[in-house]
Amino acid sequence: MNDIPLTHILFLSTALFFIGIYGLFTRRNMITMLMSVELILNSVNINFVAFNKWLFPNSLDGIFFTIFVITIAAAEAAVAIAIIINLYRSHHSIDVEDASELKY
Amino acid sequence: MNHYSYIAFIPLLPLASFLVLGIFGKKYFKTFAGIVGTTALLASTVLSLYTAYRYFMIDGKVNGVFQKMIALKYTWLQFSPSVSIDMGIILDPIAVMMLVVVTFVSLMVHVFSLGYMKGEERFATYYAFLSLFTFSMLGLVLSANIFQIYMFWELVGVSSFLLIGYYFEKPSAVAAAKKAFIVTRFADLGFLIGILILSFYSGTLDFGVLIQKLTTAQSPEFIAISTASFLGISMLTWGLILVFIGGAGKSAMFPLHIWLPDAMEGPTPVSALIHAATMVVAGVYLVARLFPVFSFDGAALEVVTYVGACSALLAAIIACTQTDIKRVLAYSTMSQIGYMMFSLGVSKYGGEKGLGYMASMFHLFTHAFFKSLLFLGAGAVIHFVHSNDMKDMGGLRKLMPITHITFLVACLAIAGIPPFAGFFSKEEILLAAFNANKLIYGIAVFTSALTAFYMFRLYFSIFWNKEAAINHVHHHAEGTWSMKIPLIVLAICVIAVGFLPIAQLVTSDGAALETHIDLVFSALPVTLAIVGILVATLLYKKASTLPDTIELGLGVFYTTAYRKFYIDEIYLFITKKIIFNLIGRPAAWMDKNIVDGFIILLANTTATISEKIKGFQSGKVQNYALYFFGGVIGLAVLFIYLWN
Repeated sequence: MNDIPLTHILFLSTALFFIGIYGLFTRRNMITMLMSVELILNSVNINFVAFNKWLFPNSLDGIFFTIFVITIAAAEAAVAIAIIINLYRSHHSIDVEDASELKY
Repeated sequence: MNHYSYIAFIPLLPLASFLVLGIFGKKYFKTFAGIVGTTALLASTVLSLYTAYRYFMIDGKVNGVFQKMIALKYTWLQFSPSVSIDMGIILDPIAVMMLVVVTFVSLMVHVFSLGYMKGEERFATYYAFLSLFTFSMLGLVLSANIFQIYMFWELVGVSSFLLIGYYFEKPSAVAAAKKAFIVTRFADLGFLIGILILSFYSGTLDFGVLIQKLTTAQSPEFIAISTASFLGISMLTWGLILVFIGGAGKSAMFPLHIWLPDAMEGPTPVSALIHAATMVVAGVYLVARLFPVFSFDGAALEVVTYVGACSALLAAIIACTQTDIKRVLAYSTMSQIGYMMFSLGVSKYGGEKGLGYMASMFHLFTHAFFKSLLFLGAGAVIHFVHSNDMKDMGGLRKLMPITHITFLVACLAIAGIPPFAGFFSKEEILLAAFNANKLIYGIAVFTSALTAFYMFRLYFSIFWNKEAAINHVHHHAEGTWSMKIPLIVLAICVIAVGFLPIAQLVTSDGAALETHIDLVFSALPVTLAIVGILVATLLYKKASTLPDTIELGLGVFYTTAYRKFYIDEIYLFITKKIIFNLIGRPAAWMDKNIVDGFIILLANTTATISEKIKGFQSGKVQNYALYFFGGVIGLAVLFIYLWN
C-alpha cells in the first residue's frame, strides 16, 4: 500500500473529477448529471484520504471529512431525486433543456 | 421661585383637543366636536385669566417693574454649550396680555362657531383646525426662544392655510389659501435669515440673552454686529429689517398685504380669530418682543414706522371703496395694524419715551376685541342674508337687533369715539406720533377720519340704507344664542377694556407709565372722526344716488382705489411675466434637459448594457454551472499565480 506513490492517486482523483465535470456539462439527463456530481464528490473523497495518509498519517481528520462528504452526498441525492421527480411531474421529462423557462 | 409651570397647560389643552378631534373627530364626535374644543379652550381661558391676575396683581412686579420670567425651560437641541434651541415659556407683560387676548377671542369664536358652523359636513375637522391654530398661537406668544417662535410662527401659518382653504371645493378658497401661504412663506424666509444673522452675531437663540447682548453698547457682540456691514448697511439693521419683513408678512403690511383680503374666503369666525384679532398681530408682537434691540437701531425703526403708516393709509383708502363687507373689515384690520406698527416705530425704549410701545400694545389689545366683534357681527349678517356683498344688505336693524347694537358699539370703538375702547388706545398712538413725527401724525389723523367714514359706510349699508329685502323677513331668526352671546360679551368688553390701566401694566421696560387724556389734544381726532361719521350718514343712511355720483366724479381715483391700487396686478405682472419667464422657464429647461437628461442618460445606458448581456441568463442549468466553474477556475488562477 505504501508503495503506491501519491501522484498515482492524485491522477486518479483528477481523472474522476474531470470525468464528472464533463458529464455534468454534456449530459442533458438529470439522473446522469446527478451521477456525475457523485463522481466529483468521490474524487474529492479520494483526495482527502490520500492527503490525510500522506501528510498526517497519525490523525484521522481527513477521513472524518470523507465520511461527512459521503453523508451529505446521500442527503443531496435524496433532495436531487425529489427535484427530478417533481420536474418529471410538471414537464413529463427529466431533460434539463426542457426546463428552461426561468430566464430573462 | 415661581409656580407658573401650569402655564404649559394653556397651549397643551388646545393641542390635546386638536389631536382628539383630528384623529377621532369624524367617527365619534361628529356633533360634539364643538363642545370638546370649546371646553378645552374654556379651561385654557380660565387658566390664562388666572395667570394674568397673578402676574399683574400679585407677583409679577419687583421694585415697581414687571419682570421677565421663564416659567419653564427645557433644552431641546443642544448645538454647543452656549447655543441651544429651548422649548420654554416666557412671561412678561406682553406675553401675558396676548395670552388673555388669544384665549379669550378664541373662546368667543369657538362659541360663535357652534351656531355658525352647525350642520357643516366637516364640523369636527373645523374644530380640530381651530384648536391647532389656538395651540400654535399660544405657543408663539409664550416662546422664550427665537427659534421656538419661528416654529410656532410656521405652525400658525399652516393652520391659517388650512382654515382659509376650509371650503376646499371652492376654487377661490383654494387660491386664497395658497396665496396666503406663499406670501407669508416668502416673508418668513426673511424672518429666518434675520434670525440667523441676529443669532450668529449674538451667539444665542434665547430671547433674554440675545436682547441683553445686543443692547449693551460695550459688549463684543454688539460691536461686531454694528460694525459689520453689507451694502453699506450694518448687520444689525439688516437682521432687524429681515425679521420685520417676516412680521410684515404675517401682519399684512404693505407691500406684503395682498393675501389678507383674499383670506376672507375662510369661514367668517376664522377671519375673526385669525385674520383680525390674533394671528395678524403676530408681526406686531414679534417687533414688540425684540423691541429693545429695535430701539437701538434708528434705521430699522424708521422702516417700521413708514411701512406701518403707509399700510394704515393705503388700506383705509381701499376700504372706502370695497363692497364685500369682509374685505372692508380686512382692509380695516390692515389699517389698524399699520397703526400699531408705526406706533412701535416712533417709540423709544423705556420711560416716558416708551409711550408708543405702550400705545401699540394697548391698541393691539382693544383692537382684538372690537375687530373680532365686527367680524363676528359680519358673520352673523352673512349667516342671515347668505351673501358677502353690501348690495344684498340694508335695513337689517330691526331684523337683527342684537347684531345691530353690538356692531354699532364696535364701529364707534374703531372710529375712536369716547368712551369706547378704541378711543383710548388711538389717542395714545396719536400722542406718541405727535411727539415723534408730525408727518406720521398727519397720516394717522387723516386715516382715523377715513376709518370712521368707511366703518359707518359699512354700518349704514348693512343696517340702514334701503328697506330689507322681503325674502329675509320670514326667513329665519337672527341666529342661535351661541352666536348672540359672544357678540354681547365682546360688546361689553369693547366698552370696558378702554378703562383698563394698560399703561400701568404693559410698557417697554416694565415700569408703570403715567398717561392722561388731554382734552385739547383729543379734540381734533374726535372731531374728524365725527365728521367722517356724518359724511357716511349723509351718503349711506338713506338709499340715494349720491354715492354713485361721487364715485363717477372721482373717476380714475375711485377706480384705482377700488382696484386696490393695482397691487395685485403688479404682483401678477412681476410673477407671471418676469419671474416665470426669466427665471421659471430657464430653470424648467435646465431641469428638463440637463438634470433629467443626465438621469435619462444613465437609465438608457443601463438598459442598453443589460439588453446586451441578458443572454447570459439563459435558463439552462448547465450554462450556470459552466459560469460557476469558470469563476472558480478564474479565482483559483488569481489566488495561486497572480496573488502575491
